Amino acid sequence: MSKETELDPVEAKMWISVTINGAKNAYLVEHRMTLADFLRKVVGLSGTHLGCEHGSCGACTVIMNGKAVRSCLLLGVQADGASIETVEGLAQDGALTSLQEAFHVNHALQCGYCTSGFLMSLVAQLRDGPIETEAEAREALSGNICRCTGYTGMVKALLNLPASNGQIGEGL
Amino acid sequence: MKPSQFAYHAPTELEEVLDLLAQYGDDAKVLAGGQSLMPMMNFRLLSPAHIVDINRVSSLAGFSLSDAGLFIGALARHREVEVSPEVELAFPILHEGLTNVAHVQIRNRGTICGSLAHADSAAELPSIMMALDARLNIRSKGSERVALAEDFFRFHLTSDLGPGELLVSVDIPAMSKNAFGVFEEITRRKGDFALVGVAVVGSWDENGKFQECRIVCSGVAPTPLRLREAENFVTGTDLSEAVLVAVQQLVMESLVPTEDIHSSAEYRKKVTGVIVRRGLARLTGQRRVQNV
Repeated sequence: MSKETELDPVEAKMWISVTINGAKNAYLVEHRMTLADFLRKVVGLSGTHLGCEHGSCGACTVIMNGKAVRSCLLLGVQADGASIETVEGLAQDGALTSLQEAFHVNHALQCGYCTSGFLMSLVAQLRDGPIETEAEAREALSGNICRCTGYTGMVKALLNLPASNGQIGEGL
Repeated sequence: MKPSQFAYHAPTELEEVLDLLAQYGDDAKVLAGGQSLMPMMNFRLLSPAHIVDINRVSSLAGFSLSDAGLFIGALARHREVEVSPEVELAFPILHEGLTNVAHVQIRNRGTICGSLAHADSAAELPSIMMALDARLNIRSKGSERVALAEDFFRFHLTSDLGPGELLVSVDIPAMSKNAFGVFEEITRRKGDFALVGVAVVGSWDENGKFQECRIVCSGVAPTPLRLREAENFVTGTDLSEAVLVAVQQLVMESLVPTEDIHSSAEYRKKVTGVIVRRGLARLTGQRRVQNV
């Protein structure tokens, strides 16, 4: 039973403190706003994209406390006290990370809409260990959907990452 | 595709959670991993007036393994249990089932208890819990009770949980040394909901006969379904090739599966027979490995 009309939209907000790409700030967030919309509309980081908004496509993937998660299936208020990494945190001063560079060189994107979600999924997985075979690459890509590339460019990009996989960390 | 308005509650103690659930009853939904609840709210299939987020209740976190079995708290994420080498060793069927749940980004957040409370008839964990004879610990303000997994699932997306109740943990009894379990499923693509899944558990007695068999299917009925006829058929046998062929035939002839947009009843019937046989065949293989 919905009682949405009884709720005062002004009241249904709370202050949260969240670290985004290393910078900690306080924000006033509507209870019902998803983490994805919070990042895009309140924080202004529109690199996180929304595709399906029900957890199937992976376009909205961000890293929360070290884990890749769907930001459309979390509430912004749930990020209170958390550390969030988005695609904007990857390249520093315009210098692409090795993963982004490998995407660029291997034609791993066409329209680019899904790319930020792929990058964040892969950053989290590469921190857990290298991706060395085509089977591993396809498994790593399986939680995200791309409708342009057919994934071959992305598999190539992963298999052609510089052999520095072991040292992939914050700067990936 | 945005949730409608609700009041958000983020208690830190279990008692507060139970108070809130008692107060708001049917108007409240519990938010744990949110990997099923949030899509339903985004689609506005659900518009709860109150969300009780239990993620800050530290007493509900984690899981623990002992001689008695595996204890899984309400906030234990799929992924943390999946990557535990101890769990993989003690309950390989659970590890195997977990790797089949959606994708890693979902498993990082989704909870095992949440999947059970959600009671999706195509999900992996309800059938596995039934095959492992799990006990579900349920609390509400001022009372607590235990439900057998077997009695917990009532219908597709409907469990035994009443208003005000919270599934706080699950206990899976330890498997005996001679007991094995495997999980098989058929999906269009890896990570999709299963068209049909089956959890098969059983043990080998000293005479090499198959005992204590449980065969539980998902995706064929509004709840996980025990194939008792098939269980009885294979119990006391050596699971020889002839038995496997016959049990596959039995399942294909006796099962009356549900039908939906994803596959016909006829197809489900066929592949259920195939995966039941496949699961049992793997248990024969595990006995051989054990005897070597």
